[in-house]
Amino acid sequence: MAELNTGGKQSPRVDLTAMVDLAFLLITFFMLTTSLAKPHAMDVAMPDKDKENKDDNLEVADNRSMTILLGANNKIEYYMGQLEKPLDGPTIVDYGKSGIRPVLLKKMKEVQAATGKPLIVIIRPSDNSNYRNLVDILDEMKIVNAKQYMIGDISNPEIELLKREGIY
Amino acid sequence: MPKIKVKRASTTIDMTAMCDVSFLLLTFFILTATARQPEPLPVDTPASTVQIKVPDANLGTITVGGDGKVFFGVAGPNVRVRMLERMSEKYSVGFSQKEKERFSLMEGFGVPFKNLKQVIAMDNNERGKPGLQPGIPSDSVGNSPSELHEWIIAARYATKEINNAEMRVAIKGDAKEQYPAIKKVIDILQGQKINKFSLVTNLRTEDYGN
Repeated sequence: MAELNTGGKQSPRVDLTAMVDLAFLLITFFMLTTSLAKPHAMDVAMPDKDKENKDDNLEVADNRSMTILLGANNKIEYYMGQLEKPLDGPTIVDYGKSGIRPVLLKKMKEVQAATGKPLIVIIRPSDNSNYRNLVDILDEMKIVNAKQYMIGDISNPEIELLKREGIY
Repeated sequence: MPKIKVKRASTTIDMTAMCDVSFLLLTFFILTATARQPEPLPVDTPASTVQIKVPDANLGTITVGGDGKVFFGVAGPNVRVRMLERMSEKYSVGFSQKEKERFSLMEGFGVPFKNLKQVIAMDNNERGKPGLQPGIPSDSVGNSPSELHEWIIAARYATKEINNAEMRVAIKGDAKEQYPAIKKVIDILQGQKINKFSLVTNLRTEDYGN
């Protein structure tokens, strides 16, 4: 079979460039997907619910508490102190960098300077807010590094307020 | 003047070593990658800047989506079997060994307890059909607590018995879900004195941080 014997030494080298290309493409793909596939967990601690004495409400100093009401259409309404005679607000703001965040940062600074204690934020989601709003506001707490915050139930006067402002 | 002979460098580089390394890495990433399980109730989780990952073991996931449908799943096949045994004692419904085995492979489920047998008998594709599973009842009937409440308790006991660890609870909600649906689940958790739980979120990709 002389035809097969082409004569001359054939190089045993194979061009591996394409193979390496492919391998790196796949590596990149797997690296990106493995790090992104896993969801993240946001820890939430709720205040202890005591069924025996329901009237046992935590008393919060007016000048340190800020109540955030989550309304419909991705709007927030906040006020300082009590609803009947708020020290500031109620004011409607948006979520995010240009909405609630500067307000929180300002209030935290003011309260810390005035009382020497951290600001207490009470988050009250209304029935017309959605889950994204809740996660967003909790995320905001993490971003501004608020030490004390809690999730509470909305009361009827607050719902009335939201209705008046047209965000319920 | 002697002639300086410029040596021509070869343009081909030996790729063998590079190829070896890249395939080694490729193998590593393929093996460590966790295969994505088909989700019984696909939800679009909201994004946050939190960096902590959801743990793999000792975790019970409550999925809320599609207008208040609630699905429940717990990590680990052994825990699932034990949980089912506890529930079958509670509601006095027997399950065969085969059914338990099939149940242990189910990532999550969302049917009332009385329909669970039918869902176990289905194959994976059938089970995943949207709208087939109506969600676990989360309303309490009279004085007896809701089924979701019972499932969570059973899962907690099962985790404790088998792994000797506290079960963590994660709520995986759809971003568009209205708050009352989430509130209902939180109230059930608080009814069992679970005051700490996690909310499952995506990583926020847009520029949102400080």
